[in-house]
Amino acid sequence: MNAAHAHDAHHDEHPRGISRWLFTTNHKDIGRLYIGFSVIMFLVGGVLAMLIRTELLRPTLMIPPEIYNQIITVHGLVMVFAAVMPATTGLANYLIPMMIGAPDMALPRLNNWGFWLLPPAALLLVMPFFLMLFGIGNGAIDTGWTMYAPLSVQGGMGVDFAIFAIYLMAMSSLLSSINVIVTIFNMRAPGMSMMKMPVFVWSWLITAFLLIAVFPPLVAGVTMLFADRHFGTHFFNAAGGGDPVLWEHLFWFFGHPEVYILLLPTAGILPHILSTFSRKPIYGYKAQVYSFWAIGALSVVVWAHHMFTSGMPVGAQLYFMYSTMAISIPVAILFFCWFATIWQGSMTFETPMLFALGYIVLFGVGGLTGLVLSDAVADQQYHNSYFLVAHFHYALFGGPVMGIIAATYYYLPKITGRMFNETVGKWHFWQTMVGFNLTFIPQFFLGIAGMPRRIPDYALQFAHLNMLSSIGAYILGSAQLLLVYNLIQVMRGVGKKATAQVWEGARGLEFTVPSPPPYHTFETQPVVQ
Amino acid sequence: MSARKVLALLSGSGLGAWAVPQAAYARYPWEFPTPVTPIAKETLWVHNIFLGFISIVFVVVLSVMLYSLFFHRKSRGVKPANFTAPRTKLQFALSIIPFLILAFVDYVVMGIPAYHAVLASANTRSGAKMVVKVTGMQWKWQYQYPGLHIKYYSTISTPQAQIHDLARKNPHFLRQVNHPLVLPVNEKIRVILMSKDVIHSWWVPAFGVKEDSIPGFLRETWLKIDKPGVYRGQCAELCGVGHAFMPVVVDAVSDDQFKQWVGQEQARERAQKAEEAAATSVTYTEAQLVARGQKVFTGNCAACHQPSGMGIPGTFPPISAGHPFSAAPAMIAKLRSRGFITPAGRIVEGPVANHIGIVLDGIAGTPMPAFGSSLSNLDIASVITFERNSFGNHTGDVIQPAQVQAARAAAQKP
Repeated sequence: MNAAHAHDAHHDEHPRGISRWLFTTNHKDIGRLYIGFSVIMFLVGGVLAMLIRTELLRPTLMIPPEIYNQIITVHGLVMVFAAVMPATTGLANYLIPMMIGAPDMALPRLNNWGFWLLPPAALLLVMPFFLMLFGIGNGAIDTGWTMYAPLSVQGGMGVDFAIFAIYLMAMSSLLSSINVIVTIFNMRAPGMSMMKMPVFVWSWLITAFLLIAVFPPLVAGVTMLFADRHFGTHFFNAAGGGDPVLWEHLFWFFGHPEVYILLLPTAGILPHILSTFSRKPIYGYKAQVYSFWAIGALSVVVWAHHMFTSGMPVGAQLYFMYSTMAISIPVAILFFCWFATIWQGSMTFETPMLFALGYIVLFGVGGLTGLVLSDAVADQQYHNSYFLVAHFHYALFGGPVMGIIAATYYYLPKITGRMFNETVGKWHFWQTMVGFNLTFIPQFFLGIAGMPRRIPDYALQFAHLNMLSSIGAYILGSAQLLLVYNLIQVMRGVGKKATAQVWEGARGLEFTVPSPPPYHTFETQPVVQ
Repeated sequence: MSARKVLALLSGSGLGAWAVPQAAYARYPWEFPTPVTPIAKETLWVHNIFLGFISIVFVVVLSVMLYSLFFHRKSRGVKPANFTAPRTKLQFALSIIPFLILAFVDYVVMGIPAYHAVLASANTRSGAKMVVKVTGMQWKWQYQYPGLHIKYYSTISTPQAQIHDLARKNPHFLRQVNHPLVLPVNEKIRVILMSKDVIHSWWVPAFGVKEDSIPGFLRETWLKIDKPGVYRGQCAELCGVGHAFMPVVVDAVSDDQFKQWVGQEQARERAQKAEEAAATSVTYTEAQLVARGQKVFTGNCAACHQPSGMGIPGTFPPISAGHPFSAAPAMIAKLRSRGFITPAGRIVEGPVANHIGIVLDGIAGTPMPAFGSSLSNLDIASVITFERNSFGNHTGDVIQPAQVQAARAAAQKP
C-alpha cells in the first residue's frame, strides 16, 4: 500500500489556485465543486423562501405581486435544478468511483464540462433580478416553475433567460448521466457483479437512465415555447391550432420523473447510513434494487396525475389515478427494508443517523399524502392548494434535502479528514425538524380550508396558520446556518482527525482508503470477493 | 420597547386580526369547508377515509420505529443481528402482508369510491336544468346565462386601501366581488369553462369543484347546491400579477328568488342597453364623466396600471404623463407608434383617437386587453376622460360616448 502510494505520488500533482478547479478532471475535485455549488444555491433558494414566508406572514402586500411571482418561480427552479440535482450529482461523482473501486469516472473531461455548465445556468436564472434593478427588463421568470403556457408565452424576458438556463442544465445533466452509466457498466472492480454494487450506485444508475429519458421532452417543450414567443409559431396557442394543455403534458412527462430523479439517489444513500449506525448489514438488497427499477419504470407513465383539473377524459383520469397508486407498493417496500435494516441493530445516533431517521419520518408523510392526492376527484380539492405545497415539501425536503444533509454529514469526515462538531450537528437536526414541521403542518390545513398556492395576499381566515408557518420557516432557515458553520469549520481543518473507516459500523470500499482520500484512489483496482 | 409598541406590533402582525375571522366564520379555520354539492360530499367522504387510513399507517409505523429506536440501541448493550432477508417461508409470507393490505386499500377501499366519483363528476349533462358559461380572463370572471340572455363581469370589490393595509380589512377581504354568480339551489347546473387569455382555474371549495379554464377549449363540470348561501373561492391557477385578486363568489338562492333575480337582471341589462343607446345622443359634463370613469378605472384598469396610475415598472406603463417607462422593445414600439411615449422613454398623453382605439381593441402582443366587448360607450368615454384629467394629467379633453360609438363604427367598416 505504502509503496504503491509512493509510486503514485507524482500523480497527486495538480495545478494550484483557480486553474485547479477550472481545468480539473479529477472526480473528487468535481464532486466537491458540485457540492459547494449546491450549498451556495441552497442558500440562495433559501433566502427566496424566507422572502416568500415574510410576504405571507400576514395578509397584506409587502412585496408587489409581480416580484412575488418571480420569487416563487426562481425559488422552485433554483431548489430543483441548482441545489438538489447538483448535490446528488456531486455525491455520485465523489462516491461512485470509490464505491465500485474505479480510479475515476469513465469520461473525466466530459465530467468537467458537465459541472462548468451549471454556474452560468444559475446566473441566467437569477441575473434578471439584478438587471431589473438597473432598469433592464422586468425581472426574472414569473410563471411558476411549471411555466404553463400561454402565461409563459406572455411573460417578459425572464422567461427567455430561464429557457436558456434549462438548456444548460439539461446538457449538464445529460453529460453527467452518460458518464455515470458508462462508469458503472465498464469500470467496476473485478469481482463486483451488478448485484454486488452498493445500493447507492444502483439508485444512481436508474436516476441516470431517467434523466436521459425525460430531459429531452422538456428541452423540446421549452424550444417550442421559445418559438411561440419569438418566431410566431402556435404550439401552445389555440387560435393557431395549438393547445396549451400540450405544454402541461410535455412539462409533466419530465416533471414527474424529476421527482424520482431527486429522490432516488438519496433513497440509495439511506440504507448505507442506516446500516452503518445500526451496525447491521443492509436488509433486502435485492428487494430495494428491484423497487428502484419499478419506481423508475412507473414514474414515466403517471405524469398526468398533475393535471386532474385540466379536463381529461374519464379513461385517462382512471388510468393515471390507478397507475399512480401502484407506485405506493415499491415505495412501501423501500420503507419496509429501511425499518428491517435498523431492526435489532445496535444503534447509535450521530448526526447523519438522525437526519436519516428524520428522512424516514418526513418523507413518510410526503409519501402518504401523495397517496391521498392520487384520487382524481378528491384531487380537485387539493390541486394547487397549500395541501399540495405541504405535500411536495414533505416529499422533496423531507426526502432529498434531508437525505443530502445526512449524506453530507456522513461523508464530510471522509472528504475533509476532519470530524465535524457533533453538538452543532444535533442542534441542526432538531431545529430543522421543529422548523420544518411548524412550517408545513399548518399548510396542510390551509390547503384543506381552501387557500390556493402562488398568491401574495390571502383571505383573513388563513391568517393565523400562515403566521405559524412563517415562524416555522424562520426557524428552519436559520437552522441551515449551523450546517454552513460545520462545513466552514471542517474546511478550515478544525476538528478531530477522522480515521479511514470514520464510523464504527461503516462498510464499503470508500471506507478502506484514508480520510481524506489521496488525489487518486484505486489506480490498482481492488478485487471484490 | 414599550408595552404599547409591542401591542401595536402584535396587532399589526396579524395576531390582532384573530378576532375578525373568528367573528366572521365562527368555525375553526382548519375545518374542511362544509360540502354542499354531491361531488363535494363524495370527496369529503373519501378524504376522511383516506386521512384516517394514512394517519393510522403513520402512527403504527412510527411506533414500530420508535420501539426499535428505544430498544435496539448500542447503549443498551444490544448485539446487532445480521439477517439481510426473510429467513423462513413463514417470515417471507408475513413480510408480504403489509403490501397486500396496502394494495387492498389502494384499489378497493380507495379505488372503488374514487371510480364512482370520477364517473359521477364527469356526468355533466344528464338531468342538467341550466347551463352557465364561465369565462376566465386577466383578472376577472365573466358569467353568462345563455338561455336567459344575462351576461356580466365579476371583479374583486375589495378596495386597494384594504390590500395595502391603509384601511381596516373587511371579513371577506379579497373574497368579495361586485357581482356574484347567482344560482338556484337543488338544480343540476352544467358549468362550461372558457378562457380569454391564459389558463385560470375556477374553484369553490364548498362545491368540491376545481376546473381549469383553458384558452381555446371548453371544459365542463357540474353543480347541484343543496343549501342556500354565499360560497367563496378564488382562481387556483397562476395567471399573472392579479392571480390573487380574482375571487369567485356564488350566491345560491331558492328557485323563487332566482326567478326574481333573473327578472331584475334582465331589466337591468335592458336599462343599461337603453342608457347606452341614449348615451350617444347625450352630452355629459366633465365632472359626470370623471366620476363614472374613476369607478370604471378601479374595476378594470387599476390591477395593472395601479390605483395611483403609476403602473408597474417594466411591465405596465403609467397613465400619468411625464414618467419614464421602459419595457420590451416590442411594447415600446407599439406605444410609440400610438404616440404615447417619447423617444426618451417618457409617457405622454397621446392623441384621443389612439387612446380610444387602445381601450376598445387593446394592444395585440402586449398584456393590454380589448375592452370593446366588456365596456359600454359611456364607460369607455368616462374612463378615458378620467385618465386624461387625473394623475397629474390636465389635458381638459372631454370624450363623449358618441365619439366612442363613432370609433366603433369606423372599425366595423372594411
